[in-house]
Amino acid sequence: MADHGVAERSAQSIPALLAHNVERLGNRPAYREKEFGIWQSWTWAEAADEIRAMAMGFLSLGVERGDHIAIIGRNRPAHYWAMVAAQMCGAVPVPLYQDAVAEEMAYVLDHCGARFVVCGDQEQVDKVVEVEDRIHHIQHVMYTDKRGMRKYDHARMNALEDIIAEGKAGHFRYEGEIEKRVAELNYDSTCVMLYTSGTTGKPKGVVLSNRNIIETAKNSAAFDHLGPDEDVLAYLPMAWVGDFIFSIGQAMVAGFCVNCPESPETMMTDLREIGPTYFFAPPRIFETMLTNVMIRMEDAGDLKHGLFKHFMEFAKGTGEEYGMPRYRVQRSKPTLRRRLRWAYRFSMGIGFAVETMVENAVRLAFVRLRHPMEHRKFFKAKGPLLNIYPQPLRDYFNYRTGDVTIYAPLKNTLGLSRIRVAYTAGEAIGPEIFEFYRSLGINLKQLYGQTEASVFITQQPDGQVRADTVGVPSPGVEVKIADNGEVFYRSPGTFVEYYNNPESTASTKDAEGWVATGDAGFFEEGTGHLRIIDRAKDVGKMADGRLFAPKYVENKLKFYPNILEAVVFGADRDRCTAFINIDLTAVGNWAERNNIAYASYQELAGHPRVYEMIREHIDEVNASVAQDPMLSGCQIHRFLVLHKELDADDGEMTRTRKVRRNVIAEKFADLIGALYDGSTSIYTETEVTYEDGRKGAIKATLRIEDATVAPEAQPNREAAA
Amino acid sequence: MKDMVEGYTTPDGRQIGGVLMELKNITLRFGGVVAIKDISFDIREGEIRAIIGPNGAGKSSMLNVISGFYVPTEGEVWFHGQKRPAMRPYQVARLGIARTFQNIALFDGMSVLDNIMTGRLTLMKSGLLTQAMWWGKAAAEEDEHREKVEKIIDFLEIQNIRKTPVGRLPYGLKKRVELARALAAEPKILLLDEPMAGMNVEEKEDMCRFILDVNDEFGTTTVLIEHDMGVVMDLSDRVVVMDYGRKIGDGPPDEVRNNQDVIDAYLGVAHE
Repeated sequence: MADHGVAERSAQSIPALLAHNVERLGNRPAYREKEFGIWQSWTWAEAADEIRAMAMGFLSLGVERGDHIAIIGRNRPAHYWAMVAAQMCGAVPVPLYQDAVAEEMAYVLDHCGARFVVCGDQEQVDKVVEVEDRIHHIQHVMYTDKRGMRKYDHARMNALEDIIAEGKAGHFRYEGEIEKRVAELNYDSTCVMLYTSGTTGKPKGVVLSNRNIIETAKNSAAFDHLGPDEDVLAYLPMAWVGDFIFSIGQAMVAGFCVNCPESPETMMTDLREIGPTYFFAPPRIFETMLTNVMIRMEDAGDLKHGLFKHFMEFAKGTGEEYGMPRYRVQRSKPTLRRRLRWAYRFSMGIGFAVETMVENAVRLAFVRLRHPMEHRKFFKAKGPLLNIYPQPLRDYFNYRTGDVTIYAPLKNTLGLSRIRVAYTAGEAIGPEIFEFYRSLGINLKQLYGQTEASVFITQQPDGQVRADTVGVPSPGVEVKIADNGEVFYRSPGTFVEYYNNPESTASTKDAEGWVATGDAGFFEEGTGHLRIIDRAKDVGKMADGRLFAPKYVENKLKFYPNILEAVVFGADRDRCTAFINIDLTAVGNWAERNNIAYASYQELAGHPRVYEMIREHIDEVNASVAQDPMLSGCQIHRFLVLHKELDADDGEMTRTRKVRRNVIAEKFADLIGALYDGSTSIYTETEVTYEDGRKGAIKATLRIEDATVAPEAQPNREAAA
Repeated sequence: MKDMVEGYTTPDGRQIGGVLMELKNITLRFGGVVAIKDISFDIREGEIRAIIGPNGAGKSSMLNVISGFYVPTEGEVWFHGQKRPAMRPYQVARLGIARTFQNIALFDGMSVLDNIMTGRLTLMKSGLLTQAMWWGKAAAEEDEHREKVEKIIDFLEIQNIRKTPVGRLPYGLKKRVELARALAAEPKILLLDEPMAGMNVEEKEDMCRFILDVNDEFGTTTVLIEHDMGVVMDLSDRVVVMDYGRKIGDGPPDEVRNNQDVIDAYLGVAHE
């Protein structure tokens, strides 16, 4: 452990870890930020001085123990420092989402009772000023960016750098107080309070203690062998628990450098310049990156395009084996056993090569004896020179060639050259996307987590990575599956409570510390990997008692670019059916290339060839669902392509584009009825709301088609019952 | 005379200084065409001065007179209390007058950064040869200029296109780059020729904010020509209205708005 720089046991708070890092890594970079086109960096010692001065500045403003200090802004070192400085004062940092509107911000500021607010820039200050007359407990507002702030009333407002200067000036007065307050911090004191995004109801303030953060960070840093030489790019919202764990928890524990981009728009360039070794991104970012690559490859010349196609095809099977970065665990001193294995493999390689060459030489000699004048006609060494090597060695050489021509330049362009560990989480990632990055030799893995768990519940160990699971329980985390399939966990990272909300705390966390995730899943037999199938409340039973997980099937469908949305029905029915929404961009593009004329969305959606294409997709999904013994009942028997896009304005989806099942079931009851009564077409009228609030109706006759149902692997009704 | 030195205070509380430039009885003729007919007005330190008028009123010609591109046929330009002799445009630029153009005039093949660096040209001290060799003083000087340019890039929030060739940028951003280049010259008077033409609402709002911020942060005196009346009325401290080469109104936006001549010029009356 000590090798990887995991902090000592004695450090029981973030400020203590910071002091430890100053001792251990004093002159190594701790923070970098691009400003004025140059990466500015701060060593651990410099950062610690700034943080200390800021903490003393906070004291001079009158920050008390237990105060809440709200922090609103983009990822900047100063904001991370403000969080640690708050902890030094015994106060609790509360990072907020910077894109929240003033109303949402008002709720959170009011709920946590923040007396001090640190704002990133004028925009955030404006929002705070807007709600200030309603929230009377705000005493002082600080801001990092001075631009445009000159005209404000500065009676209760200061630039953060002035606060730091104030702290530096008054350090004789505050030194003792700071020492005292830092010494009071222990494993049970609150480290940070993070608000859930509040998709259901009001946001809740999750209180996380030092134990939660530090234990989780230690375990996860050890799991992936994170050390002081990692680089991360801090670009995710600071209010999100993941950013806190990566950029403060793990950074402090492992002692690595946190890099902040110049502005949100420059994130991709900065990513490339920094080349992080440890990276987290939601699937959406990986999707966007891949789409950009594909679009640019379409425009590339024939040679490049050909090389790209050839080597990406080749990498699909081989990248996993030959492309992955060496796992750090193997970097330790090689044992005799491993040396012997290398020596054996190496000599076998040479041996095979020599043997093949000798064999060819011998055969050539015999052929020459028999046909002295025209031996070339009768003898050909098999293929090019590479073919004399055994297959694995050939693949290895091929992969290296691909690496030089395609993979390495591509990774460099994406800024992923140095990645040792990358994670994605939050929602399901398309298997093709996942495979693309893996085959390039990027160690992209999945994890499953929650704010309440300090992120980590399960994660995938190196070498056991698959697109359809979320991995094994993280170190120190216990996971159990309830009878209804819901996933429960218990870990050192489990949150203390919801702030000022004992009812919610009690309903989420039981007396033994088990927390309900609200997701349904199961452990795969054999591998012990957890698979998440759906939100627990959406998982139901079919009429014959088999498990029905609509989201699982819908996600599989939505991985096809042609399908924008899918809604699967089947709860308490004998078979599943589906509504499909086509993606107008993708299908429109396809129609154009195939000379299919259409005048409207409705016409395109009802086109026989579109139906044909969608049916092919559904057949493929059925085949893949059939492979799964638990969920084989969810194959789609009949489907129709909807004549309108599901829309938030019509209440069919939430604003975050999540399908509202009950609304749809009610609104399209006639269509669902037709899906089950065997009719082949149905006439329907649907009310729609236009963007300006007017209402209208769409009339259409929809066709209903059957999909091919694949034979089920082995129905496992026991598991579902 | 007292007013000339002391200036005035704007409704939002900014202090406007004394007269920075004064145009006295300017007339500009191209052969038989009279583009500007006997116009006088002044520009005060720190103010945002707008020139408006219908198409062909002579606004751009007026701006060209200020920037020294046209030499007025009659009349005088007083700058910093001195009469400005007829000058080449680059000499005027050295005096501290920078401008943007109605139809963008950037170097398409060069990056945004290089384009903005060209704005520093009048401030560079080392000679062509040392700069080409990038040796000694020139290298240190470039660092200095680069720092100033980076501050402007940060100010106008164009960090993400720093290295992009200008030719690849959309129209709105090109306008912003042009503003950046003009700012890089650290001008005393900034001339903006229709900075918001052809922009969508969002881009216009951004541009407005930048113009106000520039004025607020650097105290730059700004002269702008604009067609969008809403923008002009919001932004400017004083407005000159021109029609057919004549000045038909001059004063704060509210006053100009109620001026009968101005209303006639915009809504149209029969000219006898």
